[in-house]
Amino acid sequence: MNIKIIYFPGTNREKDMADAFETVTGKRPDIVWHKETDLGNPDLIVLPGGFSHGDYLRCGAMAAHSPIMREVIKQAKDGTPLFAVCNGFQMLMETELLPGALLHNNHLKFNCKKVGLNVQSNDNRFMTGLEAGETLRDIPIAHGDGNYFIDPEGLKAIQDNNQIAFTYTENPNGSTADIAGITNKRGTILGMMPHPENATRDHQDTKLDGLKLFESIIR
Amino acid sequence: MTQTALDTNEQNHPAFTEPAVTEALGKEFGLNTEEYNLVSDILGRAPTFTELGIFSVMWSEHCSYKSSRIHLAKLPTKAPWVIQGPGENAGVIDIGDNQALIFKMESHNHPSYIEPYNGAATGVGGIMRDIFTMGARPIANLNALRFGDPKHPKTRRIVKGVVKGIGDYGNCMGVPTVAGETNFHPSYNGNPLVNAMCIGLADQDKIFYSTGAQPDMPVVYVGAKTGRDGIHGATMASTEFDDASEEKRPTVQVGDPFTEKLLLEACLELMQQDAIVSIQDMGAAGLTSSSVEIADKGGIGVTLDLDQVPQREEQMSPYELMLSESQERMLMILKPGSEEKAKAVFDKWDLDFAIIGSTNDTQRLKLNMYGKTWCDIPVPPLVDKAPKYDRPHVETPKRDAINADDYPLPEGGAFEALKKVMDCPDMVSKRWIWEQYDSLVRGETKYMSEQSDAAIVRVPCAGKNKALATSSDCTPRYCFADPYEGGKQIVAESYRNLCASGATPLAVTNNLNFGNPEKPEIMGQFVGALKGMGEACTALDYPVISGNVSLYNETNGQAILPTPVIGGVGIIEDITKAMPLAFQAEDETIMLIGADGTHLGQSLYLREVFGEEKGSAPHVDLETERQNGEYIRSLIDQGLITACHDISDGGLLCALADMAIASGIGAELDLAESAALLFGEDQARYVITTAQPSKIEGTILGKTKGTALTLPNKAIQVSELQSIHQNWLPDYMNKVK
Repeated sequence: MNIKIIYFPGTNREKDMADAFETVTGKRPDIVWHKETDLGNPDLIVLPGGFSHGDYLRCGAMAAHSPIMREVIKQAKDGTPLFAVCNGFQMLMETELLPGALLHNNHLKFNCKKVGLNVQSNDNRFMTGLEAGETLRDIPIAHGDGNYFIDPEGLKAIQDNNQIAFTYTENPNGSTADIAGITNKRGTILGMMPHPENATRDHQDTKLDGLKLFESIIR
Repeated sequence: MTQTALDTNEQNHPAFTEPAVTEALGKEFGLNTEEYNLVSDILGRAPTFTELGIFSVMWSEHCSYKSSRIHLAKLPTKAPWVIQGPGENAGVIDIGDNQALIFKMESHNHPSYIEPYNGAATGVGGIMRDIFTMGARPIANLNALRFGDPKHPKTRRIVKGVVKGIGDYGNCMGVPTVAGETNFHPSYNGNPLVNAMCIGLADQDKIFYSTGAQPDMPVVYVGAKTGRDGIHGATMASTEFDDASEEKRPTVQVGDPFTEKLLLEACLELMQQDAIVSIQDMGAAGLTSSSVEIADKGGIGVTLDLDQVPQREEQMSPYELMLSESQERMLMILKPGSEEKAKAVFDKWDLDFAIIGSTNDTQRLKLNMYGKTWCDIPVPPLVDKAPKYDRPHVETPKRDAINADDYPLPEGGAFEALKKVMDCPDMVSKRWIWEQYDSLVRGETKYMSEQSDAAIVRVPCAGKNKALATSSDCTPRYCFADPYEGGKQIVAESYRNLCASGATPLAVTNNLNFGNPEKPEIMGQFVGALKGMGEACTALDYPVISGNVSLYNETNGQAILPTPVIGGVGIIEDITKAMPLAFQAEDETIMLIGADGTHLGQSLYLREVFGEEKGSAPHVDLETERQNGEYIRSLIDQGLITACHDISDGGLLCALADMAIASGIGAELDLAESAALLFGEDQARYVITTAQPSKIEGTILGKTKGTALTLPNKAIQVSELQSIHQNWLPDYMNKVK
């Protein structure tokens, strides 16, 4: 599987993401610098976590305008699967590839802990290996701006289209409808705040439930 | 009256003059009469303003260690696995497989009081720079924090700012913050302590030192631009505080973790190429200390063209450029001809890159700007003739031992006392703090604070599954009562914490926080603590490989408790054997390794139940520490035990409570209700759980069982202890003033 992980200045979970994919595929994904303009023909594009450009404007706002993003947006719109976590998820809000916005956590603090995620809908390109209603245990979160906001009409639309991929078992940040991750309408783009990549390797002191998602993604 | 430059080679430069130099100005800069006269002797003339600034920061307590050097020299610093001891940016140990761990702890106390957020943030930034300057990728951060009385009006704001500062910097850098400690005590009301530690990983053949520069090489400046922030920060850190100190806010630097992240990646990228001869980060005393260090260690001269320094503000003076402590900057000596190659790397990361001078064989530091020379100092005497004091010190008087029988359990019995001790700010969960730190980034963390006595971080290595173990430790109340025993105890507890996690302790860094060394009783604490620390490090083969001294932690004449913090590092060859502290299952046997508790002097029990800070500190028998530590490690290595926790603050019953709280599993304990047995803080002891008690030499205490801790006639629900443990800090932080 040809996987490209995009690397921005300030990205800091590209290693974690590469380790997770290497764990399930046996092959290390390519890391692509944000100033590149050519992506080739990947089977999957990944936007990892971190603090791209320091997050000094809005989180993900500067990265959304990096040279490589033109190509990422184009390929994603053409249907190449795009998986975005944390800061990557924030970039998808900024590029409007996914609906909604990510605000400061309602308690106003950065928060790192392990949470439970309910599989709300598996009706997308990434989650066919998971059961709707299943709970992924001990999935890390690590963010200051993960409070997912969407207006009532928007919420109804993503509910009706089965676009809500994950909800938190206990809401850690004030997200609307406990939403932890969503997809686009076609189910080819998945964005989420939690870090399933940090629950994939034996030493990580989790239940390894992140592996289920990664195994499903590469199916 | 003003003074012009050393030689006037006036071209078309702005008219610029420096203030006149007098002995009174020297005083203002922190030089006493003797030191001021020595400057003139070295130069053979009066110093210029810039030169005076350079001498004063280089000879400040913070940079010169003038009060502590002769005592630090007595610490053990060698072992077969030590690659580099004190004297470089950080110490280096061999962990096999051509890998090295590089680590150091450093204080940012004074700035964190004046401006908690930026003070703490730049402390974290500074220590990480020390690590990656040497070619190591930072893989774990720790911090040791001491705050004032929770009731003091400033404490809450300082806690909040410091924690956010540490978190924002480390999180953005992508370095997991995995361990630390937090205490509260009124002696820190005006002087909170922020000690940050960083551990980096490098290949042994790719370590970079400040030595090795030769003549005729380019001097290169990289990173952020220089502004007017932090000027004379090192001098500020070398005086006591008074009520006006908060006006010193401009001497606190402002951190930019994003720039530092770029600097980290750019430096590590360039270090993979054959371009850098020597490299120094610009920390305390900025461009001054970094250029002097490189010149001194290389036995060479450095001439800088300060006009070339990237500047954030206009019309900066040579003095300001040399003394600025603007963050996220590095000074490098490159191999001639590799300038383009190096510039390409920094261009990629959008960082400033400027050739600001060259090396020569003069052994002088010469600074040119605006067409003139502002400084021309011989480097060797600037370094070698730095003052060194054997300050008068008096031994701390020994405290009388107390009689444990005078402090019986309260009427409500052992669990009433337990609740009181567990509810004190030093014992409660620090989750409110550590959840603000990304402890998991890089994906190598197994255990962090409160899961094991030492944090466990996997060290990636082909074909191996090894991990580092680390913890930071200090028990200031013991050090205050008895600096010598307290100094020993800190090292012993650090050793114990690593052993309890299953790791072999290898080396430590220390951060020695004390009051004003010009007071003989404070100097006595320093000398006593170092003596104890040195003896313990020697006895436990646990050398000191790096460290930092922070003196003058006093406000209005009130000194902090002596707080010499130890950051210990060890290795566990098989990460799957790393020990948690939580009970793992019901019906396992709980055992004590080590002797029964007897010592209540200076215990938390005495402080929290009787309101008394009395008695002698517990004695540390280093031979027993070593034996018991080695025994614990052998049990873990053989897979005989399932959980392990050392006995420290609060004694045996608090250790058991910690293990229950962390798991939700209770315990049936067959223990007499004796205060000394349950709460004594005797050393060299551990609690373990096992399914194979017959194979272990120790005292059986009971079994893991149910959801309550029980003694023969009473019980307390673990959930009740959990809520005491979890609620105190969030409740305190959320209180509106």
